[in-house]
Amino acid sequence: MKTNLAALVVGFIFAIGLGVSGMTQPEKVVGFLDLFGNWDPSLIFVMIGGIVVHFVTYKLIRNRKSPLFSKEWHVPTKKEITPALVIGGVLFGAGWGLGGYCPGPAVTSLASFDAAPFVFVVSMLTGMGLFRLFDKKVTIKK
Amino acid sequence: MQQDWINALVGGAIIGVSVSLMLLWNGRVTGISGIINGAISPVKGDTGWRVLFIVGLFLGGLTIKIVNPSAFSGALATDMWTKVVAGLLVGFGTLLGSGCTSGHGICGISRMSPRSLVATLVFVGSGMAAVAVFKQMGVLP
Repeated sequence: MKTNLAALVVGFIFAIGLGVSGMTQPEKVVGFLDLFGNWDPSLIFVMIGGIVVHFVTYKLIRNRKSPLFSKEWHVPTKKEITPALVIGGVLFGAGWGLGGYCPGPAVTSLASFDAAPFVFVVSMLTGMGLFRLFDKKVTIKK
Repeated sequence: MQQDWINALVGGAIIGVSVSLMLLWNGRVTGISGIINGAISPVKGDTGWRVLFIVGLFLGGLTIKIVNPSAFSGALATDMWTKVVAGLLVGFGTLLGSGCTSGHGICGISRMSPRSLVATLVFVGSGMAAVAVFKQMGVLP
């Protein structure tokens, strides 16, 4: 129950951060990725702001024995750079540039009730479904 | 321009606070593609928090819509099929690459994960190359 409520609060705050930052404006995202054209570097500060805060809090929080509402940590520990990691990044980046949305801003933008984020999110879910079919047929090291 | 930079920094810091709370409370990484994927392929006892996280995102979106709807401006003047292809690439690519801007770009880099650093450089680089190519092709305005 507590974990569910916690996730709801985190989702809410995360969305507000996205809205404040400019990540929910596809033209702005494309402007950030338009390095060879009319480059708008401002969104790099979203990453900087997020990383500076979490770099500090991560260390403090991980000093604890366990999280508050869970018995153990669920943080990824994989280290290996795999072809899947790189190829997945290439495909995701291309879609991000083409649509101007990454997953968080796309879901948040559903609340605009515009057609574009709706079409994007339905297609993204379809892409995830296609991946799961692919993942069943082909054994890949992620 | 300068205001945009400040907004981006403040928004980024808010995101940093939210992912910190997820770690402190639930011991989890806030990787949105992974959370969504887990929500649509239910595993018993591991679905509720994911669905509620997504509900939280949407409620945050509604708040933005009420307080400052211009945060949802800047739609791309592209046709629907372009958005469909973009969505398919993002859905497939984030699962193949085990994460997106939040999981790799913010959470992973903050804990200095080499995988996340590589993934972030790759998807930002790929995004930049894609925008250059798609603009050249006339797919993007």
